[in-house]
Amino acid sequence: MADMILKKSALADFIKSLSGSYKVFTPSREGQEVKFASNQGKVLLDFQNTLLSPKDFFFPQSERMFEYSTDPAAADAFILKDIATEPEPRLVFGIRPCDARAFVILDRIFKNDQYTDSYWFARREATTLIGLGCQNPCPTCFCLSVGGGPFSEEGLDVLACDLGETLLFKPLTEKGQQALDKAEGLAEADDKTSQEAARIKEQAEAAISSRISTDKIDEKTVMELYEAPHWEVVQERCLNCGVCTFVCPTCHCFDIQDEVAGKVGDRIRNWDTCMSWLFTQHGSGHNPRADKTSRVRQRFMHKFKYIPMKRGGDIGCVGCGRCIMLCPVNIDVRDVVRDMNA
Amino acid sequence: MEERTKKIREIAKRLLSEGRVDVVLGYRAGTVPLKNAPYFARTPEEAENFIWDSHGRINLANFLPQRQDRVAVVAKGCDARNIVNHIVENQIKRDQVYIIGVPCQGMIDPGLVYEREGRLIEEAIEADGRLIVKGQGFETTMERTEVLRQNCRSCAYRNPPLYDELVTDPVPEQEGLDPYEDIKEFLTRPNSERFDYFEKLIEPCIRCYACRDACPLCYCAVCFVDEHMPQWLGKSIDPRDKMTFHILRAFHCAGRCTDCGACEAACPMNIKVRQFTRRLEMDVKELYGYEAGLSPDIQPPLTVYRPDDPQDFIK
Ligand code: SF4
Ligand code: SF4
Ligand code: SF4
Ligand code: SF4
Ligand code: SF4
Repeated sequence: MADMILKKSALADFIKSLSGSYKVFTPSREGQEVKFASNQGKVLLDFQNTLLSPKDFFFPQSERMFEYSTDPAAADAFILKDIATEPEPRLVFGIRPCDARAFVILDRIFKNDQYTDSYWFARREATTLIGLGCQNPCPTCFCLSVGGGPFSEEGLDVLACDLGETLLFKPLTEKGQQALDKAEGLAEADDKTSQEAARIKEQAEAAISSRISTDKIDEKTVMELYEAPHWEVVQERCLNCGVCTFVCPTCHCFDIQDEVAGKVGDRIRNWDTCMSWLFTQHGSGHNPRADKTSRVRQRFMHKFKYIPMKRGGDIGCVGCGRCIMLCPVNIDVRDVVRDMNA
Repeated sequence: MEERTKKIREIAKRLLSEGRVDVVLGYRAGTVPLKNAPYFARTPEEAENFIWDSHGRINLANFLPQRQDRVAVVAKGCDARNIVNHIVENQIKRDQVYIIGVPCQGMIDPGLVYEREGRLIEEAIEADGRLIVKGQGFETTMERTEVLRQNCRSCAYRNPPLYDELVTDPVPEQEGLDPYEDIKEFLTRPNSERFDYFEKLIEPCIRCYACRDACPLCYCAVCFVDEHMPQWLGKSIDPRDKMTFHILRAFHCAGRCTDCGACEAACPMNIKVRQFTRRLEMDVKELYGYEAGLSPDIQPPLTVYRPDDPQDFIK
C-alpha cells in the first residue's frame, strides 16, 4: 500500500469519484457549527473539529430496533420484529484521529464474549473512514496524554495530511486501499512528500500544549479514588445536565423504550446519560446513585479508572476536549483528572 | 471590571471571616475563553479567586433552592430578580441569603463573537470596555457593547432590585426600550409560519436539558420530562417530543422568567430558547402589569386568584 497525493484543486472531483460507491460525508460549516454532511459542494479543510462527536454515524441518538403490532387480533401481536436495515456503504472524509480512536474504544465495549451489538457493527463495517491529521490542535486537545495524537492512525482506514497545495493519503487498511483504488486524481507520492508529512506530524504533536497524567490513578485503588474529597467540589457547581456525555465520542450509554402509536409499537434506544438521576433509578424506587456527587463521579471514574481496569490500561477518553468547550459551568476534565491523579 | 472584582473579593472575605455566611457564590476565571465558572468560596483565602468579567452568564441563583446553609451570592440584576423569585416561592429564606449586588453592564454572547470571527478563539481579554480576542495568527478588538447578549441589550433592571450591599454605585438603566418589538412583529404572521419557526429553532436540540438545568426556575424534584410512572414524554429526538419539552418548559416559566438568559448560555447548540419564554413574559406584563422578581412582597399573578383579574383574554 503506497502513499498517494492529490492536488487540492481536484478534491471536489475526488469526492465525486467516490460518490458512485459510497455515500460520502465531508466536513461543512453551517452557521457556527461544523458538522459532517453529504452532497457538499465545498469540502471544508480549515476547521478544528466538529461541534458534536461523530459517534452518531454508528450510534444514532435515537434508533428504532424492533417494531411490533399491538392489535390483539393480529397473528403476530406483540412479536418483536427486527427492523431490517442493510446499512449503505458510507465514506467519511475528514474525521479527526481522536474521534476515530473513540470508535476503537467503543468497538471493544459494544462487543464482549457474550454479546455483539449488531447495530453498531453493521454500520461500522459498512463505513470507510478517511481521517485528517490535526495541524492546528485546539488549546483544549489533550489526545497525546491519553494514548492518541494529532496524527494517530488507530481506527482509521486512510490518514490524510494537508500539505498546502496537495493532500497526502496514507492507506492503513484493506478497506482504505479499496477506497483509494476507486478514487480519481491520485498519484503515487514520492519519498520527499512522505517525509514532509512526517515533519508536519512532529510539528502538530509539538503544538499540543495541553497535557494530563494518569499514572497515579492506575496505582490508586478504586475505593481510594471513590472516596476522595474533591468530588464534593466538582459536584457543587455541576448542573447534572447531559451536555458532557452527549457530546463525548466515547460515551455510549442508552435507554431502551417502547413507543406505541395506535396499533403499532416501536422499540427504540436513545442516548442516555449517567448525569441524570433517572438513569439509575430502579423499579423499586431505590437509586444507587441518588445524589449528584455519585453521578458526577461516575462519569470520570468510568473513563479514567473502570475502563482502564477492564481494558488493559486503555483510557476511556480520547482527549477531544468537547466536554471542556461545552460544559456550561466550565467543569474541565483536565482539572478533575489532575485531582484524581494527585 | 477590576473595581468590581476587587470589591467582590473584599466583601466576600469580610463576610467569611466575620462568620456572617458559610459560603459565598461568585465566579472564578474559566479555563476556556469567553467562559467563567461558578465558584463557591468557604474561606477568606478562597475569596481571592473571585473575578468579575463579562462572561458570568450562568445565573447563580440557580444554586440556591433548598440550601440549608447561610449563603452570600454575587448577583447582577437578573440574578437578584431570580433570588427574589426563590424567596417568593419559598426556596430560600430572605435572612439566609446575603445579596452582594453588582450593578451590571451586560454580559457577552460568545456566539456573537464566534460569528464575527468565524474561527477558534484561544484567548479573550477585556480592557476599557473592549474585548480583544486572539487565535492562531489573528488578534481582533471589538467593542463590548457590540457583542452583548440580546437579553442584556433589552434589560431594564441592570441594578439588582434587592440587595444587602452593592459593589459599586448603580449604573444608569437603559431607558425607552421595547424588548418585545420583534415578538409583536412575529405575532402578525400566520400560525403555521410561527410553528415552522419554532420547529426550525429547535431542530438541532439534542435534549441534553442544559437549558432546564441552568434555569433557576427549574427546581422541581422530578421534572415532567423525567416522570416515568406514567411517562409523559417520549425520549427520542422525535420532533413532536422535542417540541412538547420546549413548550411545556416555557409554560412552566410563565410569569416567573426574568429573561436572565442562563438557558441560552448553557445550550451547547446555541439555540435561542428564550424565544419561547419571551412571548409569555410579554403576555404576563401586558395582561397583569407584572414583571418577575422585582419585590419579595408581591405574589406572582399566576399563583393568586383575584376577582378583578382581567379575564377577557380567556375565551
Ligand atoms: S460536567 Fe458540565 S456538562 Fe457535564 S453534567 Fe456537569 S454541568 Fe453538565
Ligand atoms: S471525556 Fe471529554 S475530552 Fe474525553 S473524549 Fe469525552 S468529550 Fe472528549
Ligand atoms: S440581563 Fe441585565 S442584569 Fe442580567 S446580565 Fe444582562 S444586563 Fe446584566
Ligand atoms: S427561562 Fe431562561 S431566561 Fe428565563 S429565568 Fe430561566 S434561565 Fe433565565
Ligand atoms: S440546552 Fe439546547 S440542546 Fe440541550 S435540551 Fe436545551 S435547547 Fe436542547
